Amino acid sequence: MIAIVDYKAGNLTSVQRALEFLGHQSEITDRAERIVAADRVILPGVGAAGATMENLRALGLVEVLRNDVARAGKPFLGICIGIQVLLDRSEEDDAACLGIIAGRVVRYPRSVDGRPLKVPQIGWNRVRQTRAHRVFAGVPDNTHFYFVNSYYPIPDDPSMAIAASDYGIPFTAAVARDNVLATQFHLEKSGAAGLKLLDNFCRLGC
Amino acid sequence: MLAKRIIPCLDVRDGKVTKGVRFLKNVDVGDPVAMARYYYNEGADEIVFYDITASNERRGIMLDVVRAVAREIFIPFSVGGGLRTLEDMRAVLLAGAEKVSIDSGAVRNPALISEGARAFGSQCVVLSMQVKKTGARPGVPTGYEVVIDGGRQPTGRDALAWSLEGERLGAGELCINSIDRDGTKLGYDLEITRRISEAVSIPVIASGGAGEPAHLRDAFTTGLADAAIVASIVHYGEHPIPALKSYLKRNGVEIRDAVTIDLAPQ
Repeated sequence: MIAIVDYKAGNLTSVQRALEFLGHQSEITDRAERIVAADRVILPGVGAAGATMENLRALGLVEVLRNDVARAGKPFLGICIGIQVLLDRSEEDDAACLGIIAGRVVRYPRSVDGRPLKVPQIGWNRVRQTRAHRVFAGVPDNTHFYFVNSYYPIPDDPSMAIAASDYGIPFTAAVARDNVLATQFHLEKSGAAGLKLLDNFCRLGC
Repeated sequence: MLAKRIIPCLDVRDGKVTKGVRFLKNVDVGDPVAMARYYYNEGADEIVFYDITASNERRGIMLDVVRAVAREIFIPFSVGGGLRTLEDMRAVLLAGAEKVSIDSGAVRNPALISEGARAFGSQCVVLSMQVKKTGARPGVPTGYEVVIDGGRQPTGRDALAWSLEGERLGAGELCINSIDRDGTKLGYDLEITRRISEAVSIPVIASGGAGEPAHLRDAFTTGLADAAIVASIVHYGEHPIPALKSYLKRNGVEIRDAVTIDLAPQ
């Protein structure tokens, strides 16, 4: 069973529908014991870092995600806000985050070379696979994925990055360390390529 | 670099696609789910459903369509038409749409934009507007006026001023639909699309008038649009999405490439 963490925001059902389409059983839950019991855990979706962390704290899930998921070696996938709260801090709401991967999250620049940059980034962008990872099996390098975000992660250790993209500047689009994996882009809204990554995650033996 | 998006628009009345969709190989052109699946497989970057159901009693039918589409289409799609309240928006999003498109309802009640953005996030709220070229006059300095109720009702609002107001209130994207060009196949109104795109810092979607592949190129280059709505240009089967995309690519426009990915179990 895959637990989809319900933190009272985000588009949880779209991840569940994608999993269902791929034939994987999942459960949307905010209960610690269900998350502890799950084979895999997904923290999806749309939201602001501050509100997401507040909700995770109020639900008593911060330590669960740190200890019973990340440290315990349970396969974990963060999507969009789910990658951003993985790091130590986010500029968004100046939020203290989970600190599972060392680093920070910053806003895209307002302008690049004197030209204004539209923020949020909304749309399809190319993703370069900067480090080989099994989650990319069957997905060509430089495939487009769907992004919706105003902030991006900067891991302290650049080797945590497995994919990069460009929006005005180059940025980390996905990170991985052992059992922990996270993407800036929405796997559940990125067509066949996104479904393939999601399916690969569901089959990873970590 | 972010790809320019091509967004087919399907008008749906009482659960059926309307507006002269006529083609296609084994596709029930009246069925919005079948049509959405077809465009998804063709490489559409997003899909818009516009609910033109006249009676309130039958609006629930659209939610069934949204639920069915959400089970098999894994790209973003939005729903517009007749959304007047936060609850209308919530129902559509809960049914599985990624975004809502609000239009006349937002003109009548601009707080709908800010309340929607606060409740669901700006990225869910597309402010769509029908614009008509009326000539510059006091109150309408660009010469483009916002009209509502299918273009019948002038509002006295300037399209650029309303765009800036919409952005300030929290809209995540703007869709600029030219009433003058809609259905003409003469091309998008590049002037107002460009003026708005230059003035705001959120994505702008061009709408109304696409008849030739060059019209899309012009919307993206001259018009500075981030995305373009297509209707009859794709619905009649003359210019399928893959052909539009290869034309745009040849003309130096960044587009999302089609990829063939095997989803069969490993």
